[in-house]
Amino acid sequence: MTSTVQTTTTQVYRVYIKASAQAIWDAITQPEWTNRYGYTGYVEYDLHPGGHYKVRPGEEFKATSEAMGNKLPDIIIEGEVLEADPPHKLVTTFRMLMDPQMAAEPFTRITHEIKQLDGYCSLTLTHELDGAPHLASIVGGAMEEYGAGGGHAWVLSDLKTLLETGSSFANTDS
Amino acid sequence: MTDDDDRVFKALADPTRRFLLDRLFARDGRTLTELESELEMTRFGVMKHLRVLEDAGLVVTRRSGREKLHFLNPVPIRLIHNRWIDKYNERQVSALADLKAQLEEQT
Repeated sequence: MTSTVQTTTTQVYRVYIKASAQAIWDAITQPEWTNRYGYTGYVEYDLHPGGHYKVRPGEEFKATSEAMGNKLPDIIIEGEVLEADPPHKLVTTFRMLMDPQMAAEPFTRITHEIKQLDGYCSLTLTHELDGAPHLASIVGGAMEEYGAGGGHAWVLSDLKTLLETGSSFANTDS
Repeated sequence: MTDDDDRVFKALADPTRRFLLDRLFARDGRTLTELESELEMTRFGVMKHLRVLEDAGLVVTRRSGREKLHFLNPVPIRLIHNRWIDKYNERQVSALADLKAQLEEQT
């Protein structure tokens, strides 16, 4: 075996949610759900291998961003569906188009896995971020104090709150 | 829910386990062998600590070829943050807002 010291660019997140696998799947893949937690925005998935994956910004996010001098493109995230096994596994490529630095980085890869446990589910998100250090710092939450949101940990905890209580944490103050 | 919080607080209430989390924060996706090399402790001891962290959801493992890699999962800490810390921040902020209003009324 060669050296065990290697730098990984993969990030892994897991949250336990008291909801059905189908409810979690819907919350990830349906625009009426995705606009209610985390960064908000409307997803569009063509849930077949080779199908597209797009996220359009919600009106509020668009307005806030524009007020801060950053006009958003119509599509802020794009990717391709690699594997879709509802309601258990979804693998897509992922590229953020919100700013030129991130848009110039290569496609990364996100795997969502939903496992039914005793009365609740686990949702594991694995983000393989090879060659995408800017995106890695955003989704890792390192840029939160600069107004970039808390990344995947923030999104997943907010998703849990939304599914378990019916209202999201991030959007209660608006 | 309370059980989950208990597990997280218990897992964090140990310096070795906090050290392991700090190591993973510095660089994620490590093997047991790597983590063990930084501690004066038997392999079995480190495994036990990692197990507690895993049960609390603070560490998630993932296989990569023949290796088992350990990742820091920040979601439980985030949930505690949402549940407890923001609540106090809010109170501080509103206390400051009240103070400001009172002081301004006096002038």
